[in-house]
Amino acid sequence: MTLPQFTYLAPTSLKEACDLLREHQGKIKIKAGGTDMIVRLSHRAVKPDYLMSIKKIPGLDKISYDAATGLTIGALALLRDVEINEDVLAHAPMLARAAHQTATVQIRNMGTVMGNICNASPSADNIPTLVAMNAVIIAANGNSEREIPIDEFFLGPGRSALAADEIATAIRVPVTAALTGTSYQKISPRSKVDIAAVNIGAMLTLDGAKKCSAVRISMGAVGPTPLRGAKAEAYLVNKEICAETLAEAGRLAAEDASPISDVRASREYRKLMVEVLTTRALKEAADLAAA
Amino acid sequence: MKKELITLNVNGDDHEIAVFPWQTLNEVLRDELHLTGTKLGCGTGDCGACTVLIDGKSVSSCLTLAIEAEGVKITTIEGLAPEAVAAAGDLESCELDPIQESFINKGAIQCGFCSPGMIMSSKFLLSHTPKPTEAEIRAGLSGNLCRCTGYNKIVDAIADAAEKINDAQ
Ligand SMILES: Cc1cc2nc3c(=O)[nH]c(=O)nc-3n(C[C@H](O)[C@H](O)[C@H](O)COP(=O)(O)OP(=O)(O)OC[C@H]3O[C@@H](n4cnc5c(N)ncnc54)[C@H](O)[C@@H]3O)c2cc1C
Ligand code: FES
Ligand code: FES
Repeated sequence: MTLPQFTYLAPTSLKEACDLLREHQGKIKIKAGGTDMIVRLSHRAVKPDYLMSIKKIPGLDKISYDAATGLTIGALALLRDVEINEDVLAHAPMLARAAHQTATVQIRNMGTVMGNICNASPSADNIPTLVAMNAVIIAANGNSEREIPIDEFFLGPGRSALAADEIATAIRVPVTAALTGTSYQKISPRSKVDIAAVNIGAMLTLDGAKKCSAVRISMGAVGPTPLRGAKAEAYLVNKEICAETLAEAGRLAAEDASPISDVRASREYRKLMVEVLTTRALKEAADLAAA
Repeated sequence: MKKELITLNVNGDDHEIAVFPWQTLNEVLRDELHLTGTKLGCGTGDCGACTVLIDGKSVSSCLTLAIEAEGVKITTIEGLAPEAVAAAGDLESCELDPIQESFINKGAIQCGFCSPGMIMSSKFLLSHTPKPTEAEIRAGLSGNLCRCTGYNKIVDAIADAAEKINDAQ
């Protein structure tokens, strides 16, 4: 379908871009890869007067790793870039897995990981692992920069903590502790390329023996924002990792999930899958932590 | 609202063309440049019928703004066998891309609507994975729907093309 008319803006600096956001507040939308935004325009779900591409802003496409600050994924890094990047594969392989399980080949060649985060869909593929790994979103308004902990980033479906004149410039993933493993588990009605009916990210640290010393669980598509599995986390700390404790953690995670029924799955099925996938994710994370 | 003059490099040729910012690459390729090999199916990124290569990577032309396709190399299905296009489809006398050949020989084309997109996706797949497994072929086609063939012959065709290309090297 023909897209609705808009004025196209393509600023070449962050300052210019944020000034445009201020000047046209309420009438402007940001576009990165456009795989969400162009579809929304096409469906007339949004009708901005101005569409601002951020793709001409230099330096935002970098992915880098630093032993002190961790992994940095620039706002314009494509899903495909994250899927195959060596630093990501070495230091945060589950981010690569999540990117790989997002959408289709063509969409991954166009869409960005940051777009997936900023779109703030509760079922987004790249959110649970980033929450589990305690990532931080860097937001800039052209004059200053701030760090938003990912736990505080999502306010509701499609709503993030970004101010109207802010652009998210990078995702920072802290260096993982020793004896730590991560996992991403997803289930969808058709295949892995489909939108998730439930997705779980987990990061688990062992204390040297078989006990869990720290754990973060993020559950997607079971609430208006990605939810933490707080009960399961509290239960698991200082427990020995074994089939029983992992199963109990899965059961407690399902208690914290508040899914709805929709075209992808019923509420009951989602609850069951939270239990199964959480146990599976914790098992994989614990195995990787021990390896 | 004003049109903007842009230069699109399609299949090696530069085209100066005036576009509205809301025109997709798919619309410009089909309606302005009359390169109708690239199809429009869903228009929302799901079906892959509109797949073209931008700097060698497969993308959905229905979700790409034409105005953002300046300064890159666009390859459409017509670019794979320019001779055959010039000969108005006289396939006997011209060389096709090995993937196109395999699609024909393996019966991977029925109505043909998905074929240009399928072939462009295969092109990208074989560019980074020259010897794909069956699972890799199927994953490489995750963004392309076919309502006719049931996919098996398409998978066979790509495996056949990969073998031919590797043998020739
Ligand atoms: C066919 C199809 C299949 C899909 N399958 C999946 C799937 O399986 N899983 C999944 O999670 N998603 C899926 N998606 C959704 C989409 O592809 C992803 O969310 C993608 O990562 C979005 O990135 P983008 O760069 O294209 O975002 P855009 O469309 O450019 O932007 C998305 C949103 O984020 C905002 N935004 C983007 N970048 C920034 C920034 N730097 N600062 C502030 N705001 C910003 C935009 O304003 C917009 O609201 C699918 C989409 C399509 C079309
Ligand atoms: S027409 Fe572009 S993906 Fe279907
Ligand atoms: S051959 Fe008809 S859609 Fe594939």
